[in-house]
Amino acid sequence: MNLPSEQITINLGPQHPSTHGVFRLRVTLDGEVITDVEPIFGYLHRGTEKLAEERTYTQIVTLTDRLDYTSSMINNQAYVLAVEKLAGVTVPPRGQYLRVLTAELQRIASHLMGVGFFLQDLGASGTPLMYCFRERERILDLFEMLCGARVTVSYMRPGGVFQEPPPEFWPAVRHLLDTTPDAIAELERLISENEIVLARSKGVGVLTKEKAIDCAISGPNLRASGVAWDLRKADPYDVYADMDFAVPVGSNGDSYDRFLVRVMEVHQSIRIAEQCYRDMPGGPVRSELPFFFRPPPGDAYAHVEASKGELGFYLVSDGGIAPYRCKIRSPSFINLTVLAEMLLGWKVADLMVIFGSLDVNMGEVDR
Amino acid sequence: MPYGLGIAKGMMVTLRNLVRKPVTVQYPEQRVAQHHRFRGEDFVWYEERCTGCASCAKYCPQGIIKIVTAPSGEMTQEGEKYKLEVFDIEIARCMFCGLCVEACPYDALHMGSGFERARPRQSDLVISVDELKASAKKPSTWFRPQLQDRGYDPFQPGDDVSWQDAGREKSVAPTYEEMLQRWVQGR
Ligand code: SF4
Ligand code: SF4
Repeated sequence: MNLPSEQITINLGPQHPSTHGVFRLRVTLDGEVITDVEPIFGYLHRGTEKLAEERTYTQIVTLTDRLDYTSSMINNQAYVLAVEKLAGVTVPPRGQYLRVLTAELQRIASHLMGVGFFLQDLGASGTPLMYCFRERERILDLFEMLCGARVTVSYMRPGGVFQEPPPEFWPAVRHLLDTTPDAIAELERLISENEIVLARSKGVGVLTKEKAIDCAISGPNLRASGVAWDLRKADPYDVYADMDFAVPVGSNGDSYDRFLVRVMEVHQSIRIAEQCYRDMPGGPVRSELPFFFRPPPGDAYAHVEASKGELGFYLVSDGGIAPYRCKIRSPSFINLTVLAEMLLGWKVADLMVIFGSLDVNMGEVDR
Repeated sequence: MPYGLGIAKGMMVTLRNLVRKPVTVQYPEQRVAQHHRFRGEDFVWYEERCTGCASCAKYCPQGIIKIVTAPSGEMTQEGEKYKLEVFDIEIARCMFCGLCVEACPYDALHMGSGFERARPRQSDLVISVDELKASAKKPSTWFRPQLQDRGYDPFQPGDDVSWQDAGREKSVAPTYEEMLQRWVQGR
């Protein structure tokens, strides 16, 4: 018997995928199969780029915390690097090391959240996410010790970092670096070979190498497709040139590879943090700049390997105390451009898995 | 690999965690140790030090500090000290970035340590000058590490800091063992 059927268009969100921020997907389904996807965003738009035009260079640091709120330290770093390039400021070595150390700790925290929410989207509600959060909390405790805030850190300043860590920071970092590998291993035992995880994510939502490069995808999503591109190696900033670490790559570019690359990157981040802890030089943490400083007219672009991909700041100065223009290249926004294509032909149950594996943060998409 | 082995391995991890002591705390009754650098609300303001220069208001990215001053007639030889008529911090829009504290040239403004100031109305979320004058003087040691060096702890009841003490004096730093005890094993 041939039943008459028609396609149905449904809205997912703006609440549903809110584990990653407020986001809405308008999905057209043929039965359970996705035939059309239209991502709709802008619910978190705050006008960061415009706000930056009326704030001084130091005040903008507080805005960058709120871009990708799971990796504020790295956002801070990208922004201050752009300002330093614009104003021609040099950073003392201790400041650079502290930046790299905190950025790597932040990357661990952010990847743990990405992994946790991916598993949550797979239907493992609660348990693995809480394991990830438990580890992330310990990193946030360190940030609280360092700069008084856990998420909106505002720790870095043009010219270095804001202040010297308190003395108790160092034993706490040592303890964290000693215990985190075990905790990650525990997480891996829990999920990496789990049949349900494998069945739901292996081969699901494949992003080919060519497609990823064509769409300017960056970060772990690009590396999972087999492209060894990491700005920490390709265009080293701060002291990454002195660091010894590997760039993990995936082979198939499916959801499982994206998940695995993040877990492997956590191990590399621990390695970098370990080296920073070992080689931390003495001296000042910051070269003093006045609060209202005026960079010479000109423009500068600086980019970093953020936890989600290439995060870039383009600043134009007209010689005033605030930038004339601030453009933010946010990785999540660009990574989202392939989502529609990756979803076509998959079942609606795979939608959240594929979306979760991209690890998109809406605070950065809408900025 | 036989089917189910991965799940069995996962179950082992779950089992081990089942018998471990919990990491969560029951919040209002129990609290985790909060670091004394925590940038919280309840701004601490020392009237004796404040000259009404309004640097804090100028540096605030949100523009939420409102200052109205009048000449006081005191200290005319050192340039005039102004009397504060209004010093309102509208913390509903405050992001606790601490730039105001960083800006104050006279160490008159400090971050506090609280985080429990939820109110039903936005208009209640303004810290007025009277409240600042009356508030407990428990500054956060963020930006004032010298307070930590003298062993000050904002979470000890009754350990208020007078304006003379909030300055820049140094004393003995805690030992490595003390730090380990409090910040690593104590958590
Ligand atoms: S903490 Fe930041 S937002 Fe709050 S009053 Fe001070 S400068 Fe303004
Ligand atoms: S608190 Fe400090 S910065 Fe603000 S008006 Fe008083 S002296 Fe000036």
